[in-house]
Amino acid sequence: MRPPFGAERGIRLVAALTATSMVATGCAGAGALGESGDGTTLVVAIVSNPQMEDAIALSEQFEAEHPDINLDFVSLPENEARAKITASVATGGGEFDAVMISNFETPQWAENGWLVDLQPYIDQTEGYDGDDFIPSVRDSLSYDGDMYSVPFYGESSFLVYRKDLFEEAGLTMPAHPTWQQVADFAAKLDDPESGRTGICLRGLSGWGENLAPLNTVVNTFGGRWFDEDWNAQLDSPEFENAVRFYVDLVQQYGEPGAATSGYSECITRYSQGQAAMWYDATAMVSTIESPADSQVVGKNGYAAAPVVETDSSGWLYTWSLGIPESSEHADEAWEFLSWMTSKDYMHLVGNEFGWERVPPGSRLSTYQIPEYAKVGEAYAQPTLDALEAVDQEHPTVEPVPYTGIQFVGIPEFQDLGTRVSQQISAAIAGQISVDEALDQAQNYAESVGESYQEGD
Amino acid sequence: MTTSASTSAPHLSGPRSSWPSKYIKGGLLTSLTWIVGLAFFFPVLWMVLTAFKQERDAYTDTPKLFFEPTLDQFRNVFDAGFWPYLGNSVFATAMSTLLVLVLAVPAAYALSIRPVEKTQDVLFFFISTKMLPVVAVIVPLYVVTQNLALLDNIWALVILYTAMNLPIAVWMLRSFMLEVPGEVIEAAQMDGCTTLRMFRAVLLPMLAPGIAATALICVIFAWNEFFFAVNLTAARAGTVPVFLVGFITSSSSAACLWAPSSSRPLRQRPPPTVAGS
Amino acid sequence: MAVIAATRHVSERRQVERREAWSRRAPLMPALIFAIVVTQLPFVMTLWYSMQSWNLVRPGSEHFVGLSNYVDVFADSTFRSAAWHTILITTSCVVVAMLLGIGLALLLDRRFVGRGVVRTLLITPFLIMPVAGALLWKTTMFDPLFGIINFVLAPFGAGETDWVSTHPLGAVVTALAWQWTPFMMLLVLAGLQSQGKDVLEAAQVDGAGALSTFVWVTLPHLRRYIELGVLLGAIYVVNTFDHIYMMTQGGPGTASANLPFYIYQRAFLGFDVGQAAAMGVVVVIGTILIATLALRTIFSSFDVRETR
Repeated sequence: MRPPFGAERGIRLVAALTATSMVATGCAGAGALGESGDGTTLVVAIVSNPQMEDAIALSEQFEAEHPDINLDFVSLPENEARAKITASVATGGGEFDAVMISNFETPQWAENGWLVDLQPYIDQTEGYDGDDFIPSVRDSLSYDGDMYSVPFYGESSFLVYRKDLFEEAGLTMPAHPTWQQVADFAAKLDDPESGRTGICLRGLSGWGENLAPLNTVVNTFGGRWFDEDWNAQLDSPEFENAVRFYVDLVQQYGEPGAATSGYSECITRYSQGQAAMWYDATAMVSTIESPADSQVVGKNGYAAAPVVETDSSGWLYTWSLGIPESSEHADEAWEFLSWMTSKDYMHLVGNEFGWERVPPGSRLSTYQIPEYAKVGEAYAQPTLDALEAVDQEHPTVEPVPYTGIQFVGIPEFQDLGTRVSQQISAAIAGQISVDEALDQAQNYAESVGESYQEGD
Repeated sequence: MTTSASTSAPHLSGPRSSWPSKYIKGGLLTSLTWIVGLAFFFPVLWMVLTAFKQERDAYTDTPKLFFEPTLDQFRNVFDAGFWPYLGNSVFATAMSTLLVLVLAVPAAYALSIRPVEKTQDVLFFFISTKMLPVVAVIVPLYVVTQNLALLDNIWALVILYTAMNLPIAVWMLRSFMLEVPGEVIEAAQMDGCTTLRMFRAVLLPMLAPGIAATALICVIFAWNEFFFAVNLTAARAGTVPVFLVGFITSSSSAACLWAPSSSRPLRQRPPPTVAGS
Repeated sequence: MAVIAATRHVSERRQVERREAWSRRAPLMPALIFAIVVTQLPFVMTLWYSMQSWNLVRPGSEHFVGLSNYVDVFADSTFRSAAWHTILITTSCVVVAMLLGIGLALLLDRRFVGRGVVRTLLITPFLIMPVAGALLWKTTMFDPLFGIINFVLAPFGAGETDWVSTHPLGAVVTALAWQWTPFMMLLVLAGLQSQGKDVLEAAQVDGAGALSTFVWVTLPHLRRYIELGVLLGAIYVVNTFDHIYMMTQGGPGTASANLPFYIYQRAFLGFDVGQAAAMGVVVVIGTILIATLALRTIFSSFDVRETR
């Protein structure tokens, strides 16, 4: 039998540990670390991605310039951040003074009265220059003509391709390719023997994953989610053709494991030289043109998002910063927002971390900075062109009752889109047919559409 | 396969089996154990290696065993303000485990050694509190926490982790207490021990391994808990898992996630009492 | 007088009995009260929300709808298939992990060179954050191109099998069983080591072979530990969320969505609080029914006869 002091020593150890950590956490009811003295503490919720991490690193400069403001960041992956921010803002939780949201949430939340109208601040802040935001981006963050969040970063979609492989095969990529041309190129460049596929496309389920590229394909094939009376249109021939095209293309010439490949899997594959083309977010350039992360630096050409029936088909997405109505420090929060989305911030990032790390797609003036134009020779102009070509008001061939390109701008879409994307993903995996997937998807969409028909 | 009998008690079986075959058998079993152990550990080892790799070495067609190691990933972690998260995690884990033991040891006693009536129902109630999926109650919990002004407060996590681990601790401790032979307790009672003295002098020493094992399990569950932490904390009370997950999305830092979680278990050996070596 | 004395005697005895009962209950009370307050309050709120139609992102949508959320839950075929997946994942993971755990515990229950090291190696999977463990299996083990599994199996013609899409449930169960085996092993090992060596020696002296000693002596002794492992393991694995979320996102399609993941989607993508609450209530009731059945029929450690 074990002598009793063994256990006592263990308990004493635990007690000592607890005591230490209680002292360390300043246990007096506050129950948190890093409580700093004077001034206002702003709690900022952001989505963790490289540009945001740069912003956190640079925020020390902001604090130095504003000694009365302390910043606390909560940095989470997109899904967790979105869930948490939505729950907090919708219930008036009040944990956050500034939140990172997108052009999906901003108009809806502005309508619900959950966000502070930023237009007065924008107009009053000297040198901030709200007219400098890329027009399509600015519009997507406005409600009734006023901006309710300010863009930190904006993206559209385009097609990246390997110039060296095209040259080798004697092919030429047009500046504005059609999807049929892209499919032909993919067939010719597909080379599974050497571990390279013709194209890479997202297949992972998620409304922000495979539905983003697929919806732009649907739009340009002439499909739409709902007609003007909120009748679901997922079983229309146009919608079906688009989905069939996408599924066939990725099954025949796409990456292995497509059904579980999302943005990050595709970025890994393409930057390892395992795909000849990739249609995705313009944000990809920061990885595939970075020597530390990519083996295809300098070998890439960029073409506009492929089309069929429409003139352009690129999507529009922007991460932006807003202030929840429940914040008690709106003025201080604006100080921070206006710093992080200012023209000066771009220069700060460029000088501190290098010009390729400047957050793209928010301001027109960014594209006039000579240093930025130089590092972004290959991709800066295509990115800006893609963003300027975006037509968020009329993305589809036929009119629709909703806004949004790669999403339907209604609160139910996160759920509906995810369910539909699961069906698409199953079709890509070959578990069900495209017809079966769309039948099911149509059911989901009908029940959402009905709730809007009742409302009218 | 009663290896314990055939090898750890050689003085008994010795005369009957010849020495060489015994050694061969022992050696085979030892090699087998090592191979299985390494196989189980391999994914973790690979993760540790990946943590030291640069992005372009981490994803290659043929897995790379040799590469130029980098500490970048670790540097990233510590640059991003890791320490407050670590402090919160240590506090929530230690405090909740302590609370669990303080509550569960007497409760397990009242359910085994000196049982109350309706032991079964009480036990069943405890375990049934674990059957509600956390995801379904998170919105109600959020609202309650908000009303109690406990959002982003580490004490909210301490309370929830205690409730989360209490049932498992009660069940485990009760199992260990049922092992204590009845004669031991009767003997102590005959000697006129008070309950408390009997508990300290007789039960506690016998239960020490069981209590340590229970504490270890509670520590692990509390330390790894993610869902409450991510939804009920913000800037001040975040724990290590929340910090780690913050790294996941940007593909270049996926390895960062693995870095701390993979180096931690290597340094942190479970208390020897768990397996009673 | 005699009558009065007798009643006093009875009431005194009752008092003693009551005091005795309460002294038995006293140690239980703090834990019980704590558990009731902390877990039942949110549960009552969940019950209330389950009868509301409330979409968090459509303000003003909150209104009482009675049982209609429950009607929707039972009409939902995806919910039923998610329930089925939950059962599949839970049983296969617990069985596999327990069998492996018993085997490993037996291997460890002897003295050999580096025993402490091997034990630590075997415990590590349990110490890793589930989120990290799942990510590890998805990206470094199962990946069709960069994964170790295909690399190792390549000589046998495995090629570029995409394990996570073709066998989503199998992949999830593998990763889960890998994390839970150490837990089972620890419990079984604790059981093995609490076994008196004299019993085993007696069996040996009686001429029992290794196998029959194991089946007739060791296994019955381990029964309580195995049952505890199965019960606790099942309770946790039923609520598995991280692995599904990180590895398959419930896909392809809904081929690997279990109940917690499905509810998560309703709650955090649909922000449909009422619907999610109703699903939660259905899951609790279902789990309680199954657990009662299992506990009353299979599990002996729940038998009151064993308590003293």
